[in-house]
Parts: sequence; structure tokens; C-alpha cells
Amino acid sequence: MSEIDLDTARKVAHLARIAVPDDHLPALAQELSQMLTFMEALNEVDVDGVEPMTSVTPMRLKRRKDAVTDGDMQAKILSNAPDAREGFFAVPKVVE
Amino acid sequence: MSDLNKLTVADARDMLRKGDVTSVALTEACLSAIDGAGALNAFVHHTPDLALQRARAADARIKAGDAPAMCGIPVGIKDLFCTEGVASQAASRILDGFRPEYESTVSAQLRDAGAVMLGKLNMDEFAMGSSNETSAYGPAVNPWKLDGRDLTPGGSSGGSAAAIAADLCLAATGTDTGGSIRQPAAFTGTVGIKPTYGRCSRWGIVAFASSLDQAGPMTKTVRDAAIMLEAMCGHDPKDSTSADLPVPDFEAMLTGDIRGTKIGIPREYRMDGMPAEIEALWARGAEMLRDAGAEIVDISLPHTKYALPAYYVIAPAEASSNLARYDGVRFGHRAKLAPGDGITQMYEKTRAEGFGPEVQRRVMVGTYVLSAGFYDAYYNRARKVRSLIKRDFDEAFAAGIDAILTPATPSSAFALGEMVDADPVQMYLNDVFTVTVNLAGLPGVAVPAGLDAKGLPLGLQLIGRPWEEGALLNTAQVLETAAGFVSKPEKWW
Repeated sequence: MSEIDLDTARKVAHLARIAVPDDHLPALAQELSQMLTFMEALNEVDVDGVEPMTSVTPMRLKRRKDAVTDGDMQAKILSNAPDAREGFFAVPKVVE
Repeated sequence: MSDLNKLTVADARDMLRKGDVTSVALTEACLSAIDGAGALNAFVHHTPDLALQRARAADARIKAGDAPAMCGIPVGIKDLFCTEGVASQAASRILDGFRPEYESTVSAQLRDAGAVMLGKLNMDEFAMGSSNETSAYGPAVNPWKLDGRDLTPGGSSGGSAAAIAADLCLAATGTDTGGSIRQPAAFTGTVGIKPTYGRCSRWGIVAFASSLDQAGPMTKTVRDAAIMLEAMCGHDPKDSTSADLPVPDFEAMLTGDIRGTKIGIPREYRMDGMPAEIEALWARGAEMLRDAGAEIVDISLPHTKYALPAYYVIAPAEASSNLARYDGVRFGHRAKLAPGDGITQMYEKTRAEGFGPEVQRRVMVGTYVLSAGFYDAYYNRARKVRSLIKRDFDEAFAAGIDAILTPATPSSAFALGEMVDADPVQMYLNDVFTVTVNLAGLPGVAVPAGLDAKGLPLGLQLIGRPWEEGALLNTAQVLETAAGFVSKPEKWW
């Protein structure tokens, strides 16, 4: 039985960049514990010598020339931005 | 002629070509059916003007001759597909207001084939759910009802399934990461196929779990699925995992002859506590295929019971990475900030406001299983188990099995709200028969096969060899014909 404590839940929320108020942490910890307990069935499987799957179809990824194929669409790229100014995405101050 | 919205794709195509009907008339019939079906909450963004414009263009093209099969056919597009200039928000608040400047490859292929988009269809948020209840628009409602209660159309492609079952469109696109085409199809008495991984380009489809996601058609008949699938698939240089293989004429492969094929019945799919009527339906399905000349063979897929836990490691892990892009900077929602909030607060508040509870849960589980110290214990172990699940199928096919017959879902549609108090894992059990197919990258199709004692549709699933959708659809059509499912929900909306 996996037990996620409140500190771990808080840490995971922060790593995921999702604000979770302190009073929601116990419920989150419990849900994460339930899900991880469910996943523990995987420990029963003998996976010695088994390669982890990287691609479900045995195909080689296509290669192409490393060249610019597109561009000049600044207005299109910024058209959905919550805050765009002077041709840039605008965000809160990052560096003091 | 009335009730044009009730036509199949195949019949509408034939009538269009003969000049017996116009695309404008078909489109108007669907638009008026959609207007009268607000209670189903299936269409969440309506594009009637665009639809009529495309219908007129399709009529001109048909008149000129040599129009493709989908030309003039009114379809719905799942909200997960980016559609140029038309809201595309994956049923999430975080993409509120997003209007892509581009068109997904699959919807572009349909558009270029002349298909008429009627609007965007409801779904679970980011395709994460099995009941449509995680949608930011509120759930789509199943046209099938039980004792006056609203039922789920399934998920995540629940809007697509509801729209087809209610004849709001002739066909629709869906996507399937763990069963999201096949489970809603089974819950609504419709047909849905998830093709082999790599058949359809994923470019422009909002990503959930990239190694599992595939688009596919949702239709009223197997023949329609064959017609629409052909228009949707093909190689796309913009998706490095899209297969550079020729696209066969799937419809021409519907010969109705399955004599001599071997159909596997996997013993591990006989779950504890499986309802007797599901088991009976499954046995009847096997009987129908045997009567059509197939050989029924008991097979073993020993790692089946580990598929769900492996899926619920791999899919959230990939989701946590894919959904990192929703940061409030480039598109969609940005939270209102307090004075002094920096960029980290912007990310955290934006994602807390924008993602619903199920999406947050999965992103956080994914973050955890990928975090330092747990990567090997969870993520790598799950990927190894995935290799074993695929090996089970490889061995069955190597032994001469052509297709595998299973139930599509563990039950018929349940009531909206019924699972509210259940823990998340209970909801995940809906995918128990479908998720193996995504993990192994195989084609799988859900076919309506009968009604349960409550009078609700039940589906059977056929799983095929990689890239053999044509043979799979042929077997599916034999099953469809033998089952003779013709029931429709009584109109209440």
C-alpha cells in the first residue's frame, strides 16, 4: 500500500506547477496513494531481461534535412497569447 | 425528403452522386437536428455558416464529377482536433478562447475530401475520462435513457457517439488513447474503430499520451467506418510516428467472406464478476462468427491484468509532459495575478484554474512517476510490462490468429453522476477490455451487438493484426450483419 504524505503531495503539486491550497492536500495525498497502490500490481510481473518499450511499431523514425521550412508568421503565433506586446509574449517580471 | 440526417455515409454518398440529394440539403437537415438537440450537449461549438459554405462547394464539386466518397457528407469533429479559426479547446477551461491558426492533418484531409464540418463535439477534458463528466462544457448526454434518467454516452469521445446515435451528423471523428472511441460507441449502439498506431497523423490533435493516441471514425455502420477511415489516414511528414504505408480501399475489402479465418477468444478477458449477459453476448458473437465460417480458438494473453496499471503509469506520465505547454503564456487562459506575483505563481494559478480535477490528478501522478527516484520503479517497469503485453498479442498472431473477439465494455451505459463518489480507479475499470489494444498499438473496432436486459446497447470488440484494418472491418461487418442491431433510442430531446 503506497502512502503519499502531505509533504510529498505538496512537492508533487509544485513540480507540476499546480497551486493546491493546504486544505486540499490531504485529499490529494489520498487519491495519489490510491492510484499508486493500483499500480503496484506491476511489481508481480517478472520483467528481467525485458526491454522497456520505446516505440510500439518497429519503425525507424523518418529523417529530413535540418533546414528552415517555415517562418514569417509572428502575428499568427501571437494571435492567441493572453498578453502580447510589441511582437513578444509578455510575462510577469522574471529577473529582478 | 425528410430525415436526411438519418442516412448512412454510404447511402448519402450514393444519393449525392446520383443527384438525388444535395449536400446543402443534408447539411440543413443535420443543422436543424442539432438545433433541436441542445439537451444532448453533444455539439459545443456550432459552425453553421462554414458548414453551408462547404456544402455549396461540395455540391459544385460533385456536379463536376470525380468527387471523393466523403464529399458533401456532414460530419462532427471532436473538440480535440485543432480547426483553423474555429474554437478548439479540448473541453478544457485552460484553452478557453483558443482559435488555432492551423488545421489538424486529419480534419484537413476530411475537409479537402469535401466533408462538411457541422461543428465541434463534446468530450472529456483533454480526453481524460470515461463518462464525459470531466468536460468543461458539462457532460454530453446519451440519447439512450433508462427509467427517465440521463445516462453517460461514455468517454472521452462521448459527444461524437451521442451525436451519431441521435442522427445529428452522419459520422464524426473521435480519438482513442485507452478506449475513448470504442467505449462510447458501445454505450450508444454505434460503430467506432481505433486504427493501428501510426495510421492517422496526430499532427494538430491536442496531445494526451502521444505513444497511445490515435484518431478514428465513429459512424452508424461498419461500411461507413471503412469509407471515413480511408479519408482520415495516410502518411504525414509532420508526424514522425505516422506510417509511410499505402492506404488500402477499406470499403472494397468488405467482402463478407471470413471463411477459414481464425478468431481468438482470450481467456483472461473473462473477468471476475463479469455480468452474465456480457458473457452471453460474447459467446453469441463467437457463435455468429463460427456460423460465418470462422474457426473459434481459445487463446491466452497472460499479461492482460497488468494492462490497466501499466496504462495508468504511462498515460499520465506522457500527459504530464504534454500538458506542460499550458503555461498561460502562448495561448489559452491566464490567471489574474496578485500584486507581486512572479512567473511561478502565474504558472501555478493558471494551471490550478484551467485544469479540472481529473486532469490535475493525472498530471500530478505523471509528475510523481517520472520524478527522481521513482522513474525506474514505476515508469520503466510499466514500459517493460507494455513490451510483454505486446508480445502476448504478437505470439497469438504468429500462431495464426487473424482477429480477437472480446466484450467492448464491462457494462452498458451508466447514469450520469453515478460514479461521483467512486474513487478514480473505479472509473478506470471501464477501459479494462480496450486499453490493451492501445498499449500494443493494434487496430480495434467496437460493433453494436445487442441490448441488455435494461434495453441498453452492448458492443463487442474485435482486435486485428497491425495494419490490417481492412480484414478487421470485414470481420466486423460480418458480426454487424449477423447481430442485426437496428435499435435506435426513442427521441426525447
